[in-house]
Amino acid sequence: MILRLFTFAGAWMAGLMAVVSWRLLRGPTLADRVVALDAVNTLVVASMLLGAVLLHGTWMVDVAIIYALLSYVGTLYIARVMRKD
Amino acid sequence: MDTVLDILMAAALFVGLAFNTLGVFGILRFPDVYTRLHADTKATTFGSVFTSLAVLMWLLRQWVGADFDGAVLQQAIHTVVAVVVLAVTNATGGHAIARAVWHLGIRPAHAVCDALAADKAKAEPEAGKKEGEA
Repeated sequence: MILRLFTFAGAWMAGLMAVVSWRLLRGPTLADRVVALDAVNTLVVASMLLGAVLLHGTWMVDVAIIYALLSYVGTLYIARVMRKD
Repeated sequence: MDTVLDILMAAALFVGLAFNTLGVFGILRFPDVYTRLHADTKATTFGSVFTSLAVLMWLLRQWVGADFDGAVLQQAIHTVVAVVVLAVTNATGGHAIARAVWHLGIRPAHAVCDALAADKAKAEPEAGKKEGEA
């Protein structure tokens, strides 16, 4: 019963990802797209932590940690490329 | 004990979802990059911390309810690590994006002051020119 709450929260986060993808696709500048991508990454990590509860598995939390670190590297790299251009 | 944890968990989930939703709408509605970055890095991180707090409460409930299970403790520790990583990387990543955007030449839309420009002008008057040429 209480797990329904986590299912609802995960579905809501997926909806938020879809909504913020509008800024990712239509952002006027590259910087807006990077900001939207950063938000999507944060939401993905948070919903992975929620999904680990639903799947009863620790492995998904480890995947979330690696995802967060890799998305950080990606953000830094895009920021560096933006600055060089 | 279980009822109290359930109520706290539902409250944390609600707060987290509310902040995530506000952050997402801030990204969609705010006028320029800096305010969108503000909505992203502050509201979304705060909301994600609260949804993860709900996960930790769920794990605590499992731990209290059943006999000792190492997997639950492991998942709790890894969740804390993930949240710390998320908080640190969001803050520093947002800082990097803001600096890169400033050096691209985009300025805040309705800003009253620009502290980075003032600092650069005060520290080394030549640096601004070099940055512009390169």
